[in-house]
Amino acid sequence: MVLNWKIGGLALGVVFFLAVALVKPIGVSTQFVILDGVLWNAVDSAAVTQTEDGYTSTNAYLAKSGGKYANAVMNPLNYSFLFVIAMALGGLASSMARGGLDKAERSVPALWRANFGGGRAKRYAAAFVGGFVVLYGARLAGGCTSGHMMSGVMQTALSGYIFTIGAFAAAIPTALWLYKKEA
Amino acid sequence: MEILLAIVIGAAFGAVLDRIGAANPTWIGRMLSLTNLHLMKTIILAIGTGSVLMFGGQMLGLVDVGHMSVKAAYAGVFIGGLMLGFGWALSGYCPGTGVVAAGTGRKDALFFIAGGLLGAAAYMATYPAWQASGLLNDIAGGKVTLGTVPDSGYAGLTGISGDLLGLLLGAAFIVVAFVLPDRLTGQGTPVPAE
Repeated sequence: MVLNWKIGGLALGVVFFLAVALVKPIGVSTQFVILDGVLWNAVDSAAVTQTEDGYTSTNAYLAKSGGKYANAVMNPLNYSFLFVIAMALGGLASSMARGGLDKAERSVPALWRANFGGGRAKRYAAAFVGGFVVLYGARLAGGCTSGHMMSGVMQTALSGYIFTIGAFAAAIPTALWLYKKEA
Repeated sequence: MEILLAIVIGAAFGAVLDRIGAANPTWIGRMLSLTNLHLMKTIILAIGTGSVLMFGGQMLGLVDVGHMSVKAAYAGVFIGGLMLGFGWALSGYCPGTGVVAAGTGRKDALFFIAGGLLGAAAYMATYPAWQASGLLNDIAGGKVTLGTVPDSGYAGLTGISGDLLGLLLGAAFIVVAFVLPDRLTGQGTPVPAE
C-alpha cells in the first residue's frame, strides 16, 4: 500500500525543497549519460581527454558546455552521480522495511500481468524499449520527470511546463491504449 | 559535505518515491490511464509544496535564490517530452523511478535501465544532427521563468513578480491536488487511498 497522497505529497515536496535549498534542484537523466561516458572511457581511454583547464571528449555531447559532462565522467564521485546511486539505496531500504515485493511482482508488475499476462520476456522487452525511448527523449528535452516536471514546474520554469504538456500528451493516450484492464 | 547531502537527500528521495507508488509501474499505469489519480494528486501536491516553500523561503531571505537552476526552453523539449511520455506509459518507469524500482528488487527495472543507457548513448551519437536541425535553439528567451524572480539571474517571460507568482501557482497546485477526483475514467470503486 502507498502513503496517503496528503502525506506522500508533502514528503515529496519537502525533499524537492530541501534539495534546492541546500544544494540544487533534483535531476536524474543526465547521470545515464555520465555512466555511459564512464563505461565508454573504460574501454576506450581516448574517449575523454584532458585539456588545459578540464576535460573534453571526441563526442560532441560530452564536450558541450566547456566539457561539463566530460569532467563528470572523469570525476563520477560527484554530488549528482552519488545522488542517483543513493536513490536506489533509499528504494532498497524502503522496500525492505515494508517486507519487499512478492516473486511475481519482482519480474512483472500487476497491471502488466492483468493486461498482457505473466510472461517475463514480453515485459522485459517492453521495459527495455521503454527505457531506450525515455532516456533518448529525456536527453533531447534536457531533463526528465525529476528535472523538468518536478523541479522545473516548481521553479515556474517555462521549459518545465512545455515538457510536462508533451509528456502527458503522449503518456495518457498510450496508457489508455495499453491498459484496458484495471488491476 | 556535498557528498553527505547527496547520499542523505538521494536516499530520502528514493524512499519517498517508493512509498508513494511512483516506482511501481502499476500505479503509474493507473494514473496515466486515468483510472486512479491518487499518484497524480501526490505529485501535484508535491510540486505545490515545493514551490510554496522555495519561493516563500526566498522572499523571507532564508533560501538562496542562487540555487535556482532553470533549464532552457526549445522545440526539442516538447519532442523529447512526447518521447518520454510514450516510454513512461509503456514501461511504467521514468529515469529516476526506474533506478529506485531496481533498488526495490524489480528485475524489469534493470531492463529499463539497460535500455536507458543505450538510449542515452544513442542521443550522444545523434546530438550533432539535432544541433544542426535548429530544434535545440532557444525559444521565448530560453532559460526563463514565468514571472521575473529578483536576483535569480534568469529573465522572466512576464514582468510579474516571480516570487509572488511562484507562491500563487504553488498554492493553486495544492488546491488542484485537493479538488482532483479519484478517477476520471473506468468503472468500479477506486482503490482505497491507504
